[in-house]
Amino acid sequence: MDDIIKVENLTHTYGVGTPFERSAVENMSLSIRRGELLGLIGHTGSGKSTLIQHLNGLLRPTGGRVLLDGKDIWAEPKKIRDVRFRVGLVFQYPEYQLFEETVRKDIAFGPVNMGLGGEELDRRIRDAARFAGLDESLLDKSPFALSGGQKRRVAIAGVIAMEPEVLVLDEPSAGLDPRGREELLAHIRTYHRERGNTVVLVSHSMEEVARYADRIVVLAHGHTLMDGTPREVFAHGQELVRAGLDVPQSTRIAMALRARGLDIDPAVYTVEELADALLALRKGGEASC
Amino acid sequence: MLKDITLGQYFPGTTLAHRLDPRTKLLCVLCYIVAIFACHSVWGYGAVIVTLIVSAAVSRVGVKALFRGLRPVLFIVVFTAVLNLFYTPGETLWTWGVLRVTREGIRMSVAMVARIVLLITGTFLLTYTTSPIRLTDGLESLLSPLKKLRVPVHELAMMMSIALRFIPTLIEETDKIMSAQKARGADFESGGLIRRAKALLPLLVPLFISAFRRADELATAMECRCYHGGEGRTKLHVLRFAARDYLVFLLFLALAVGIVVFD
Repeated sequence: MDDIIKVENLTHTYGVGTPFERSAVENMSLSIRRGELLGLIGHTGSGKSTLIQHLNGLLRPTGGRVLLDGKDIWAEPKKIRDVRFRVGLVFQYPEYQLFEETVRKDIAFGPVNMGLGGEELDRRIRDAARFAGLDESLLDKSPFALSGGQKRRVAIAGVIAMEPEVLVLDEPSAGLDPRGREELLAHIRTYHRERGNTVVLVSHSMEEVARYADRIVVLAHGHTLMDGTPREVFAHGQELVRAGLDVPQSTRIAMALRARGLDIDPAVYTVEELADALLALRKGGEASC
Repeated sequence: MLKDITLGQYFPGTTLAHRLDPRTKLLCVLCYIVAIFACHSVWGYGAVIVTLIVSAAVSRVGVKALFRGLRPVLFIVVFTAVLNLFYTPGETLWTWGVLRVTREGIRMSVAMVARIVLLITGTFLLTYTTSPIRLTDGLESLLSPLKKLRVPVHELAMMMSIALRFIPTLIEETDKIMSAQKARGADFESGGLIRRAKALLPLLVPLFISAFRRADELATAMECRCYHGGEGRTKLHVLRFAARDYLVFLLFLALAVGIVVFD
């Protein structure tokens, strides 16, 4: 797979020249491969929000470069808007950005800014609504009459409707109930599979990322701490815990069992895997008896 | 961009000016303003300027910071100066077309500019050395006699505190919504006046909605803690005058009385 986005030695310092000068991201390098579902984890203050705002050019790096398809996105600052259409960014709690009279108009905001109209616009709205899990009957309602979870889907649909090559979601499931979370993430996965587009899922929930991501990048204190498949990353459970991050519950159980002398793979990260590993262990144990 | 706006320009410190009771400072500023508008002679202005310089030195305010407060009113200062320069009748010194400069005009415009500059820098010192919360506390305490006239002083002070408290929050919120709309291709920077005003809609609607939501949440939270206004309410930080407060206030009172009587 080739890289669609490459971040090279990115540094971002806030408030340069004031007493409040502070680096949120320092010398960070990272590549996002075309078509993958990348999980980005880090606790609060690890620089994930700063990083993702560089991916679509909302922030300008104070050092380093961001390459989209091999081209520096800041090569032509006047065309930065085109980058924003190609890399769609859904902020945390995106439901607070809704403003239009109807759901349809709100979803259309991005595509209309791209200069689209007519049938193409209509198709995009309907597609985006479907991917976000919104019923078509909601399209002509006021977004403010919807429930919190529905509002969030409208906001996500608003970004999907721009049909970006890369979709970046910052904590898309924050504040939703377990069922809402599950549904939303399932919709995102369906979108990823059907479209084959690149998706970056930012989260601090290990469980979530472990279940959905092809690859995980762990950020801590403005640097990339780890980069690999969920299995590779969770095999370093101890390091994650030391970085102030959690590991999935199943990994934690496996780690604890291993500490008590059981020969179990420490890199299991789903409940199913853990169950399989334990069953295999029991069978092995019986055989040795 | 929005983070550069500083409101209430308070800078924490421990100087004498910072430690003074906010009521003292409010009263001093009142005396100072009376002095500014009562003085006519060079001596009067001199006394006011000396007061300002001494106060600034005591508060440890740099000259740069002091004049930074003037930047937003620069236009008014220039406007006043030009208007007074050309439109004051008196002994003509110089004419050019319809424009006529008089001796009185020069005098008037210098005096007006001096007054505005002294007024702004003086009040700037107040907000520089007093946190907004203490300032509202002081105002509430000073205005409390008006409660007898059924003026809701405490409620007004509470509204002011809440407004001040939420300015940074709203600025942050504006920044966030702006970024989110920019991510959807909103363009706040180009186009004519009407296009720009229209472009603000996606920013203002969510901002208003969130302001109302916050207000609602705050009201609920206050009611949950049985807030019921000023009646019988005690304070965490009780304001008390110290010896230095009386001393400083007397100095300022002397300035005001002196200028009103002698100048």
